[in-house]
Amino acid sequence: MLIVGRGLGAQITSDRLLHAVDEPQNWLTYSGTYSAARYSALRQIEPANVRNLELKWILQAQVSGSWEASPLVVDGVMYLTERPNDVLAIDARTGRLFWMYTYAGPTDYKVCCGANNRGLAIAGDTVFMGTLDAHLVAIDARNGRAVWNTAVADYSKGYSITVAPLVVRNKVIVGVGGGEYGIRGFIAAYDATTGKEVWRFNTIPSPEEPGSDTWTGDAWKRGGGSIWVTGSYDPSLNLTYWGTGNPGPDFNPAQRPGDNLYTNSVVALDADSGMLRWHFQFTPHDRYDWDSTQVPVLVDAPWQGAPAKLLMFANRNGFFYVLDRATGRFLLGKPFIDVNWASGLDANGRPVETPQPEGTTTRPGQQGGTNWYSPSYSPRTGLFYIPAWENVAGVFKPQESEYREGSTFMGGGYRTTPPVPEAAVPPNIRRGPINTWTDAVAHGSVIALDPRTGERKWTFRMYDLTNSGILTTASDVLFTGGREGYFQALDARTGALLWKSNLGSAQISSAPITYEVAGKQFVSVICGNVLAAYALRD
Amino acid sequence: MMPAYALVSILVLSAGVAVSGQDHAGTYADADVTAGARVYTALCASCHGTSGAGVGVVDLRRSPLPRASTDAALAAIINNGIPGTGMPAFRLDAADVRVLVAFIRAGLPDAAGGAATGSIERGRAIFEGRGQCLECHRVQEKGSYAGPDLTDIGRTRAATSIQQSLVNPSLVMRPINRPVRAVTRNGRVITGRRLNEDTYTVQIMTDQGRLVSLVKEELREWDVSETSTMPSYRDRLTPDEQNDLVAYLVSLKGTGL
Repeated sequence: MLIVGRGLGAQITSDRLLHAVDEPQNWLTYSGTYSAARYSALRQIEPANVRNLELKWILQAQVSGSWEASPLVVDGVMYLTERPNDVLAIDARTGRLFWMYTYAGPTDYKVCCGANNRGLAIAGDTVFMGTLDAHLVAIDARNGRAVWNTAVADYSKGYSITVAPLVVRNKVIVGVGGGEYGIRGFIAAYDATTGKEVWRFNTIPSPEEPGSDTWTGDAWKRGGGSIWVTGSYDPSLNLTYWGTGNPGPDFNPAQRPGDNLYTNSVVALDADSGMLRWHFQFTPHDRYDWDSTQVPVLVDAPWQGAPAKLLMFANRNGFFYVLDRATGRFLLGKPFIDVNWASGLDANGRPVETPQPEGTTTRPGQQGGTNWYSPSYSPRTGLFYIPAWENVAGVFKPQESEYREGSTFMGGGYRTTPPVPEAAVPPNIRRGPINTWTDAVAHGSVIALDPRTGERKWTFRMYDLTNSGILTTASDVLFTGGREGYFQALDARTGALLWKSNLGSAQISSAPITYEVAGKQFVSVICGNVLAAYALRD
Repeated sequence: MMPAYALVSILVLSAGVAVSGQDHAGTYADADVTAGARVYTALCASCHGTSGAGVGVVDLRRSPLPRASTDAALAAIINNGIPGTGMPAFRLDAADVRVLVAFIRAGLPDAAGGAATGSIERGRAIFEGRGQCLECHRVQEKGSYAGPDLTDIGRTRAATSIQQSLVNPSLVMRPINRPVRAVTRNGRVITGRRLNEDTYTVQIMTDQGRLVSLVKEELREWDVSETSTMPSYRDRLTPDEQNDLVAYLVSLKGTGL
C-alpha cells in the first residue's frame, strides 16, 4: 500500500498539523483539525450515494467496556487506543494490524467511570497517549515501542489521564482526570522529543495565583477542575482552548464557597507558556457535576456583520454559547434544551440561577444536556450540531464529604427521576440491548442550531438517548450514532435520514471520523466493542 | 467527570461499623441494609439500575451470583472491579463494602417490598380462579403470554406497587408495557404489549402471544396507549382478597433457573 513519507523522517510536521484541513484524507487530531469542528472536506460520500455505503471491515476490541476513543488516520494508517491503555496501528483500508502496544503500568488506578481512554496525538513519527495511572507515554509510530514515559501526576491520589493529548508545535498538551477524587486539576505541556514538562496551568489557583479569591480556605487543594476532553488551538492567536471539569466535591457547594475558578470554564492559554489569556466560566459554584469538558469549536465567521474569530460551546448545563475567542467576551448564550436551573444569562453570560427546592427535579439532570459527545460545525451549512439529552431531570442532594486522599470525594449525590411512576431509569453511561425506560422517560436528539441566534434549525429525534459524537462533511452529510447501535447518515441541511446501519444493539459512545485511502472515502465508528469502517460499494 | 454516582465517605459514620465482620450469608442487620441502599443508589444504581438487573445479563438479585457466591467474593469484586468489563474498582472502605454487600444480598427490590399481610394460598386461588389473572398473565408454565409474566414479580415490584396496580393499573404501569396498536400498510391490525423499541423498529408480544417486530416506516398507524388493558380490581375483590392476592404475588420470586 502507499504510505507517503515513510522512512523520510518526521511524517507529521507542525506544518501538517497546522494545515490538517488541507489533507482531509487524514484525521490528524482528536477532532480532526485544530479548530475541532469535526468537519471534513471529503465529499465522495454524498447524499445521493450514501445509501451505497457498505461495511468494508470491522475490528473487534480485545476487551469489553465503553469504548470512547476517536482514532487518528495518517497516510493510510489508523492509530487507535482500546481500554485500558493499548495502542493499535491498523491498515485503514483493510483493518489488519501492523502492531499493538500494551501499556505495562499498574492496574490499581482510580477512575470514576471505567478504564476509558479517548485517543492519541501524533507529531513527527511519535504517537502520544495518557494513561490511567497518569503518565504520558510516547510511542514510535512505526513499531509501537515506547520512546519515553513521563509521570504527569500521582495516580494514588486519584489522578488519571483519559483525554487524548493535543500536540502544538513540539509540545504535547494533556490534562488530568480525577474530579471525583478531590484532585487539583491542571493542563500541562511536555516536550515531544524529551518528555520534559514545559509548562503547567493549574485549573485551580493556589492563594498566590489569580482567581484564588473565588475560593475560601483551603478548599482549592481538592478543588477538582479535571480535564478529560481534548481542546482546540488557534495558530493565529497562538491560544489553546480547553474545557474544564467540575469542582470538588461535586454536589456540595457549601464545602467550597465562591465561584470556584477555573472549574466549569473554558480557558484560553498561550500555547508557548501556558499563561492564561482569558477564561469564561459557564457554571459558577456548581452543584450539579456539570463539567465543561465539551469540545470548544473554533469558527471564523461574520458576527453581526464583521469578520470574527468565534468560539462555540454547547455546554453540559444546557446552554449554547458563542464567545469572542481573542478576548473571551460573551456574545450569545441560549438554552438548547429545556432547563430550569437558570432563567437565562446576564449581559456577561453569567447564569441567572433559579435553584429548585430540595427534593424537586432540576433540568437537565446530572448527565446534563450534552457531555463528552463531540459536536460538529459545518462551514457550508453554518449550523452547529449538538448530540443532546432531552427531558432528563435529576434530584440533587448535597452532603458533607470528608476528604481522604485517593478516595472519592463527591459531597452527596443525585438520582435521575423518571417522570412516570415505576418507570425504569436510563443508565447513565452504558445500556443493555433492551430499552425498558422508553422515550416516555428520556430521549436523545441531534440538534442543529443556527449559532447566530441559538435557535434550532432542525431536530433529529432518537427514541433513546445518545452518547455519540457527530461528524459533518463538505457534501453536507452528517454521521452520528446513538445508544441503540444504529450508525446514521443525515442530510446536514435538513436533518432528513439518508441511511442507517444496525451495528448490533450496542452503544456508540465516541464520534465517527472520515478519511480517504487508495482513492476511497471511508467513515468509521465504534459501537460496543467493534470499530466498523464503511465506504461506497466498488 | 461523568460519574454516575456520588459519595459515600460520610455514610461510613452512620453505618453501624461496630457490628462484627461475620460473613453469614442471609443474616444482615436492617441498619446495614438501609445504609447499603444509600451506597448502592449513589454508586451502583446508575449502571446496575434500581432493580439490580441494569447491566446486560448481570442480575444482582440472583442467588448465588455466578462470580460472587460468597460475601467475601462480592466484596472483592466491589473493591477490585472485574478487569476487562465495565465494572470498575471502587476501593471503598470496609464499612461501606460491608453495608453494600448487605444491601445487594438482602435489600434489592424483592426484599424491599414491605410486608404483605394476606394469605399466599388464598391469593393463589384468587389468581388462578375468580381473578382470572391467567387470562392475560403467566406464572411459570401456567397462563397467557399476552400480559407481563409475573413469575418473579415479587422480586421486581414492591407490595405497595402491586397493590396500586390492582386498583389502578394504569397509574403504575411501566411505560415499556403500554398497550400498542399498529396498522400495517396493507391494513393488518396488530395489538399487543411492547417488549423493546428503538428509533426505527418496535418489538411486540401480540395479544395472541406471538413475537412480532415491526418497522415503523412501514406502518400506516402507530399508537401507544397510557391506559392499561387490565381491569381494576378495586370493586371486584374485597380489601382482604386484594391483600391475599398481593401476598401471593409478592411471594413469586422466580424459579431460580
